[in-house]
Amino acid sequence: MSLTQFTHLNAIVAPLDRANVDTDAIIPKQFLKSIKRSGFGPNLFDEWRYLDVGQPEQDCAARPVNPDFVLNQARYQGAKILLARENFGCGSSREHAPWALKDYGFDVIIAPSFADIFFNNSFKNGILPIVLSDDHVEQLFNEVEAHEGYQLDVDLASQTITTPKGQQIGFEVDSFRKHCLLNGLDDIGLTLVHRDEIAQYEAKRQQQAPWLFVTPNLS
Amino acid sequence: MSAKTLYDKLWDEHVVRQEEDGTALIYIDRQLLHEVTSPQAFEGLRLAGRTPWRISANLATADHNVPTTPVAGGAEGIVDPISRIQVQTLHRNTQEFGITEFGMGHVRQGIVHVVGPENGATLPGMTIVCGDSHTSTHGALGALAHGIGTSEVEHVLATQCLIQKKNKNMLVRVDGQLQPGVGPKDVVLAIIGEIGTAGGTGYTMEFGGQVLRDMSIEGRMTVCNMSIEAGARAGLVAVDDKTIEYVKGRPFAPADEHWDEAVAHWQTLHSDEGAHFDKVVVLDGSAIQPQVSWGTSPEMVVGVNDKVPDPATEADPVKAKGMQRALDYMGLTANTPIRDIQLDYIFIGSCTNSRIEDLRAAASAVKGKKVATTVEQALVVPGSGLVKQQAEQEGLDKIFIDAGFEWRNPGCSMCLAMNADRLPAQKHCASTSNRNFEGRQGAGGRTHLVSPVMAAAAAIAGHFVDVREMV
Ligand code: SF4
Repeated sequence: MSLTQFTHLNAIVAPLDRANVDTDAIIPKQFLKSIKRSGFGPNLFDEWRYLDVGQPEQDCAARPVNPDFVLNQARYQGAKILLARENFGCGSSREHAPWALKDYGFDVIIAPSFADIFFNNSFKNGILPIVLSDDHVEQLFNEVEAHEGYQLDVDLASQTITTPKGQQIGFEVDSFRKHCLLNGLDDIGLTLVHRDEIAQYEAKRQQQAPWLFVTPNLS
Repeated sequence: MSAKTLYDKLWDEHVVRQEEDGTALIYIDRQLLHEVTSPQAFEGLRLAGRTPWRISANLATADHNVPTTPVAGGAEGIVDPISRIQVQTLHRNTQEFGITEFGMGHVRQGIVHVVGPENGATLPGMTIVCGDSHTSTHGALGALAHGIGTSEVEHVLATQCLIQKKNKNMLVRVDGQLQPGVGPKDVVLAIIGEIGTAGGTGYTMEFGGQVLRDMSIEGRMTVCNMSIEAGARAGLVAVDDKTIEYVKGRPFAPADEHWDEAVAHWQTLHSDEGAHFDKVVVLDGSAIQPQVSWGTSPEMVVGVNDKVPDPATEADPVKAKGMQRALDYMGLTANTPIRDIQLDYIFIGSCTNSRIEDLRAAASAVKGKKVATTVEQALVVPGSGLVKQQAEQEGLDKIFIDAGFEWRNPGCSMCLAMNADRLPAQKHCASTSNRNFEGRQGAGGRTHLVSPVMAAAAAIAGHFVDVREMV
């Protein structure tokens, strides 16, 4: 069920200056064992964020934090926008990655490029992944690092990011995804509107490729 | 009619409806399920009061969390309580909805991407999804197979469709002939080394050329498995006689009454002469060396006789920084010969390289020899119960055990270390898996991706060796 909406945000930006951040780094596998969708935030970037090795169901408040990791720095507390480098979210298809980012508080991720599956999973969880040019990303990294409390304004309807100085940067977003995100629409409900068409297709397929519809012989 | 690529054909055949902006509903012929990415999907289905659209399109197995050492009493016997809950939850969900499951202890249980093809649940021309990025593996049989997230698993359960936009077409052609000792894993690592981990983003990648035509179906699975490591959600190889021969007689494959009809359709599953590809990459197969990854991304790969690269020679500062970080994590110094890297662990397994041909190749380098005394643990983990059975019939288990390897039960094991098989911090592992990310095989562990025969030879020598010198 993807019922999470995104329309507009004005928030602190945290810079994660690494390329190819993979989903194993976003949420290490020991935390994938939960059968819930919530509660992954405290383990976001676990191996970078803490100095010990994290275990599921541990009280993270009592763990030693890595003071050098960006999200542990006082100036980035409360950040809701993550600024990242190329190929963000590569690796496994685990949706636990966007769940962890969302649970931590990130609603927007800005990067020069994203891995396909992660990009797709983000929309389904009310996170807006924004692709900007290398130059714009570089500019934002410089500005965020130079100014404590740096905030960006992100507006989905007009597809613009506004910097504190009033500079506007436009971004692309797929129209169907934009519509779903703005309205918090459940894609399963949307697809089931077409249930008759699906059933018709299926009946035709069963005629054309009947071998796909027979019961296997598992003896 | 204009010439079509294999991807165009598979796509067109599965479009249920298409919106003006190109967003399409694609019909899914098969969904494979495992315990890690399905619980929240079943939960969502229940919460919304929905039921699966076509139960028989689904097939489930437990793999990521299952212990590879003997467990009494099936899932109940799993010691780790959280692993146990996941495996039990899959069992409960499949029971509740009537979905076929190859659960723990079943001879057909195994890694989902090994199980699909070997049971004929993966067929040419199908669309296949699974909540796992290595679903690209199944493209080796000429099926359009994508890894998806859990929301999409739920979407496919409820609607039998996936919302997608069409990708671009890419052809990776590997010409010529491989040298003896060089195999499918080296081919795909060389491709990733060439185009990078984002080289295929936005594309469906078809693998062709003489090398792919000469390759076995299992070898093609190894190649397609890692197309996701090159950024492509789906990899494909055209159907040929080998594909059809491979499928024949498997339990989910068409039986006599539909066989000829199915074969006639499958024979059309190749890119037409003159079909347009948006991007073409050509590699010379005869120049491919046995590959070894040195860093923390699958594109950080070199030939076995090369040296660990030097960040000082990299012009792009973001890249150079990434290289330095990888060297620090891996505990390696620039310009060290790859052959001098000492191995502490050996892992032969994973959905990339745990099929019977992989085990045969590894066994050939091990037979009559002993694992080096400096190697702390050497594991062989067959991909499924059927692979294990076959290997034992051929006596491969004895060869491994006599050499000092541990012979385990099927599962994902040390590929991602969700079960008890973990690579300790700072230990170097020659691994036949597909990801060398930081912490992938265990927190702080140092992974080197290699082929099965390279891993086996490294186990014997205690460091990397060029297997071409052994053949
Ligand atoms: S073997 Fe490894 S890569 Fe393959 S499905 Fe299992 S965990 Fe994923």
